[in-house]
Amino acid sequence: MAAPIETLPAGTAVCTGRPVRPPRAKATDTDRRHRRGTARWFVLAAAVLVAVVMLVPFVIMVLNAFKAPADYSQNGPLSWPAEFYTEGLRNFWTRVNFPEKLVNSVWISGAVALFAVVLSLFSAYALGVGRVRGRMWIVTLFLLANMLPQEVLVYPLFQMAQEVGLSNNQWSVIIIFTVIQAAFGTYLLSSVLGTFPKALLEAASLDGAGRWRTLWGVVFPVVRPTLSVLLIFFFIWTWNEFFIPLVMLTTNATQTIPVALASLQGDRMMDAPTTNAGALVSMIPAIVFFLIFQRTLTRGITAGAVK
Amino acid sequence: MTTVDRAAPPQEPRTRGSRRGRRSRDWVGYLPYLLPGLIAFTVVILIPFGMNIWYSLHKWKGGNAPLRWYGLGNYTDLLADEQFWTSFRNSIAMILAMVVVPTLIGLLLATTLFDVLGKRFGPRVASVLRATYYLPQILPVAVAGVLWNWILNSQTGAVNVILREIGVANPPNWLGSTDTALPTVMLVLIWIQIGYPVVIFMSALQRVDPELYEAAELDGAGWWHRFRAITIPQIKPETFVITLTCTVAALKVFGPIYVLTRGGPESSTLVPSYYSYLNFFDKSKVGYGAAIANVLTVLIILIAVVIMVLQARSARREEEGR
Repeated sequence: MAAPIETLPAGTAVCTGRPVRPPRAKATDTDRRHRRGTARWFVLAAAVLVAVVMLVPFVIMVLNAFKAPADYSQNGPLSWPAEFYTEGLRNFWTRVNFPEKLVNSVWISGAVALFAVVLSLFSAYALGVGRVRGRMWIVTLFLLANMLPQEVLVYPLFQMAQEVGLSNNQWSVIIIFTVIQAAFGTYLLSSVLGTFPKALLEAASLDGAGRWRTLWGVVFPVVRPTLSVLLIFFFIWTWNEFFIPLVMLTTNATQTIPVALASLQGDRMMDAPTTNAGALVSMIPAIVFFLIFQRTLTRGITAGAVK
Repeated sequence: MTTVDRAAPPQEPRTRGSRRGRRSRDWVGYLPYLLPGLIAFTVVILIPFGMNIWYSLHKWKGGNAPLRWYGLGNYTDLLADEQFWTSFRNSIAMILAMVVVPTLIGLLLATTLFDVLGKRFGPRVASVLRATYYLPQILPVAVAGVLWNWILNSQTGAVNVILREIGVANPPNWLGSTDTALPTVMLVLIWIQIGYPVVIFMSALQRVDPELYEAAELDGAGWWHRFRAITIPQIKPETFVITLTCTVAALKVFGPIYVLTRGGPESSTLVPSYYSYLNFFDKSKVGYGAAIANVLTVLIILIAVVIMVLQARSARREEEGR
């Protein structure tokens, strides 16, 4: 959604080419313009101040992630590190076996994102294009299910996982979140597919394409951008999930990054630099992902909101 | 979804005969595509939900312990449970911190970014600021919680170390005292939450026709007047979405509480979802925990339905007005 504004040619002119403007301004306007000019700097300062407040926790986290414990207790949290201390980082890395947690998180989130998108596409195809009877009830049911607090499902799911031999198994988490994310995906996609161009469908059926071929040959290519937004969202949502992984994944070897980090809390061995190094390392994947997909994400939040 | 259903009825009178017959058979062929979703939904959501209701009618320690029928006993016990009422009172604080305050601040930030900064300093400035506000939203809640837990730690945390340096002898024990724990948690939640309304409101503002503002400006309407007469009504749909999603999230909140305070001290930050978790896995009162989760669910669905009805009514009124 930021795209249309950012590509405006005027954008660069306003940013860098301030000398261009005065000739255009009428003489009678200069006074008012001047007053407005100072006011806008105050507004900018206020907005930047809010941004600084938002950033302060991150800044002091980075500052203290590379500080020796003695340095921290002597010089406090705001001082520049006396030396580039990486022991806290290494300490955290080995104690939680970070690479293992990273693999767990990527595997769980990736599998959920992929399965949930496919499941959403199937259901939405039946509801939006196929107009299955009672579709409004089904979609409403899915939407309400998405709002359920997970506490209402967790104990029975915990029991069921034990009975089928999936306790402390990542597949239990993958299956659960595939269904929960797909419930939202179906809701969103079926309203998108409800307005799918009739002409395309009729053309496909004239060509003798069955439902399966229509889905992959006609519908899928058209909705691919929406699907990729959903994929990214499902990935991030699952990545950030805390409650069900906390309950289901009981040993170190299966846990995700957030659960592993939280379970270190209260660990007496965790000094401030180690805590900060842990938080820093744990947020890097999320930040990297955010930077790569920022455009898609902002567009996706919007798409989700307007529907 | 509404478009799907509104499109269907008008066809019926015209296509009484064979075409209608064909149409009504048509959807059956799509059922196989719906089946995987429905089966998965039944196994993972419907059946567990039903089991949870069943559990809530029993006294049960969980695992292999025997289920003992208790009827509605768990629910009547809740009525007399002080902690239960505390947890729901705290939910109001969560709504304040996750819906009311962030939406108001978010609206203010979004209009400033859009009206003043985007136009006077270029869109780059506006989008960098927007991304900054949104940053806490992408963090896993556990990471944000661990970070704030350290910052607010009474002994080694950054805030109190700084306070001591500037001469405060006894800085507050932010998360550890019953007076300050709840407001402190609320501040952290506001910090986490602000970016969401900013991003949504900014995209809403881009949807608004600029000619409306130009016409109002020519008529001599000031900033406040334009804000009230144009901005607020135009971004109503997004406001509903934010209210709905954030209220549901506020009622369900678990992660920040688990990481920051575990409901303490002395239940001062207890919330329903954490209280139910506590009963499931800590106190081994599964039936009781299930009852709390069910009450929470009913409340969430009720509030969601009310908001959705209000939204539909407001949308209808708007259509009629045009």
